[in-house]
Amino acid sequence: MGLRENQFGTVFRLRATHPLGYIRRMAEHHHEHDHEEGSTLTDMDLRVRALETILVDKGYIEPAALDRIVELYETKIGPHIGAQVIAKAWCDAAFKQALLDDASKAVATIAQQVGSVGEHLIAVENTPQLHNMIVCTLCSCYPTDVLGLPPTWYKSFAYRSRVVKEPRAVLADFGVALPAETEIRVWDSTAETRYVVVPMRPAGTEGWSEERLAKLVTRDSMVGTGLAKNSSEVA
Amino acid sequence: MPEPLIEPKSARRAAESVPGIPRDAAGPVFRAPWEAHAFALALTLHEKGLFAWPEWSAMLGEEIKKAQAAGDPDTGETYYLHWLATLERMVAEKGATSTQALTEHFQAWERAMHRTPHGKPIELKDEDFGR
Repeated sequence: MGLRENQFGTVFRLRATHPLGYIRRMAEHHHEHDHEEGSTLTDMDLRVRALETILVDKGYIEPAALDRIVELYETKIGPHIGAQVIAKAWCDAAFKQALLDDASKAVATIAQQVGSVGEHLIAVENTPQLHNMIVCTLCSCYPTDVLGLPPTWYKSFAYRSRVVKEPRAVLADFGVALPAETEIRVWDSTAETRYVVVPMRPAGTEGWSEERLAKLVTRDSMVGTGLAKNSSEVA
Repeated sequence: MPEPLIEPKSARRAAESVPGIPRDAAGPVFRAPWEAHAFALALTLHEKGLFAWPEWSAMLGEEIKKAQAAGDPDTGETYYLHWLATLERMVAEKGATSTQALTEHFQAWERAMHRTPHGKPIELKDEDFGR
């Protein structure tokens, strides 16, 4: 099969689905609906992989132990870029329009490293009348470049299957209750298209700097399973 | 459905012992998956006893100085590049591997990447080592 086997007897391989693929044991390698952005790895990815391969081969590192640490932190790969983008959109009407017109292009103007990614990003705006949520019903496509790695629940069958059928109940699980008249729209990611939600700007934040506003923008608010934080929650 | 956020003691110790690790209230934060991998590698090697944190900090400090001298903007965005350079130097200096082996494996992964069609998992094969 061309797979390498180390002395722990663990066969592993790397997925190229995301440019920054990471090691997954084959047993965990279940869903198959590939959303391809290209098997391109950065030099840093290659250097990290080289280190991992050697250190696993030499017995310094047990893949399972490494996976545990990475899994613990992958949800911490911050949605910094996304938060920056949303804060700018709240402050700058022209940027917001550009974002809603072509999010890939608008995001690339403020975050260089996102420019190289081929996926098409669409920003959907929340209003008092409309609340947007994102999902990938088939697997776990996610706007990684702006939001970091997806949280575990995003990949879960429960979320993927329920959010389309009963979005309000899913929102309630996240502690979010919307007025009955607010329409909820669920956007299903496809191979070519990813979505990011533009949450509503919280009240009482007039005159705030973009930097301060960005602290209000949570990952969940950009997935649509949450709202931006209240102004009182940020110093 | 919020995921539990466990802060392992070892990560906290690392963050306390090594200055400059980008972090928030709950622990280290990363800008990309490779950064989390590089962090996890150092943590694991430390637990294996390959180095002590003060030693790591000293070497990381040197790498940062070197990079600054070469024009690194030192904005914090490049922190894990220095971390990665430290990792490569540490494993070579401690004899865990050699710079040559690292280069060979880098090139092998690069070859594997190039011959793998889009959409297929990248697997490292013996042929990627050119042997």
